[in-house]
Amino acid sequence: MESDIKLIDDNGKRLDGRSPDELRKIKIEAGVLHRAEGSCYLEWGGNKVMAAVYGPREALPRHTQNPLRAIVNARYNMAAFSVDDRKRPGPDRRSREISKVISEALEKVILLEKFPRASIDVNIEVLNAEAGTRCAGLTAAGVALADAGIPLKDIPVACAAGKIDGHVVLDLGKEEDNFGDADLPIAISPRTNEILLLQMDGHLTVEEFDKALEMAINGCHVASDIQKKAIMDKYQNAPEVK
Amino acid sequence: MSQEKREIVIPSQFLGDVEGNNAGRGTFIENGKIYSEMLGILSKRSNYINVIPLKGRYDAIEGDFVIGIVQEAMASSWLVDINAPYPALLHVNEVPWDVDFGETKKYLNHGDSVMAKILQVDAEKKLQITLKDRNLYKIRGGYITYIEPSKVPRLIGKKGSMIALLKKYTRCRIFVGQNGRIWIDGNEGDIAKVLHAIRKIEEESLAFGLTNRIEELLKKDIKDVQ
Repeated sequence: MESDIKLIDDNGKRLDGRSPDELRKIKIEAGVLHRAEGSCYLEWGGNKVMAAVYGPREALPRHTQNPLRAIVNARYNMAAFSVDDRKRPGPDRRSREISKVISEALEKVILLEKFPRASIDVNIEVLNAEAGTRCAGLTAAGVALADAGIPLKDIPVACAAGKIDGHVVLDLGKEEDNFGDADLPIAISPRTNEILLLQMDGHLTVEEFDKALEMAINGCHVASDIQKKAIMDKYQNAPEVK
Repeated sequence: MSQEKREIVIPSQFLGDVEGNNAGRGTFIENGKIYSEMLGILSKRSNYINVIPLKGRYDAIEGDFVIGIVQEAMASSWLVDINAPYPALLHVNEVPWDVDFGETKKYLNHGDSVMAKILQVDAEKKLQITLKDRNLYKIRGGYITYIEPSKVPRLIGKKGSMIALLKKYTRCRIFVGQNGRIWIDGNEGDIAKVLHAIRKIEEESLAFGLTNRIEELLKKDIKDVQ
């Protein structure tokens, strides 16, 4: 999409004043819901996301059960009030795709063999959307899974990189996403740097792609530290002995 | 083990090398290193590194005593919720009554609670429970509360010291299921006292010297009444 907006100024700063390799502000709180077994509230720039985990519990209907391992049902949903115009509620083509890729990313980190025939249900609710909701949702889901006490090989984390005005930058904002050239959301397992999810929208050359990937992985590690701190804060500060 | 604080670990946290250590419960090994697999408390005992879960569902073990809530009565068996990922099967052969085919509802129905023993856990994690053991029966009256299954050992205490304390000071009948459900019976004031103590144990389950403080709390309660 062509536009007259200048996304990067002469000093190399972006519209919201960030440098090319800077993330938006991330705030994570673990264990916010009482009915769910694990939960997380996350703010990532203007994104506000709530994730809740239920299970492991018996998978229903029965034919979905796998006798050898658990199944993961992630459900990504955008609230009607999450965008400027009202979003028509209910699953659509986009949210079903995101639900699927997030489920598959989470399957790679959960120790599914421990719960044959079970399902682990992850609900991701986007309350406010501002570019990069699938990354925010997956990051929140990772914290919620750990909060639920589900055995994990790693806490998954996601972050995007992209290209605006010919420059490769980290973590696209709303205008950058709408008027930029490319968007590359990835999710990784931060301990091993294994890629759990990789999607791309737009065009990048091979060199740009490599640079964006490296940048996004670095961004993931920054977000991962915030995730771990959020979980620690919740449980370490439980009442101590005087 | 240090006596100051119990260390909390999160999934994928590095705990030690395979050399000199044994990977215990709640851990996994990758490339010769031991990592935690869940949110829990680190415990090192005789070269074994264990992670005791802080949260999560009850992991059924054969021989455990649990409190279950009947979900469904079928022709010759019941499905009982024991807070595990799967409902447990209670067959008519495993109850002390002589139940005719199709008459299961007369004995246990949806919503009834039972004290039970885990009879069998198979590879598919299909659970079977039984009522054929000493002191196992259908629960009538009393109050059922819940704590995290991982905190049950704290509530029982060393050799049952904590639970003995609660029984001594409140004159309640208490049954603690390994799945985290607790049945309390006694007069109303006493039940409230036990509940108060249980909530305190749950809150401070990470602290040391908890039994002594609970004893003080219960003594204080008794003075208040007098």
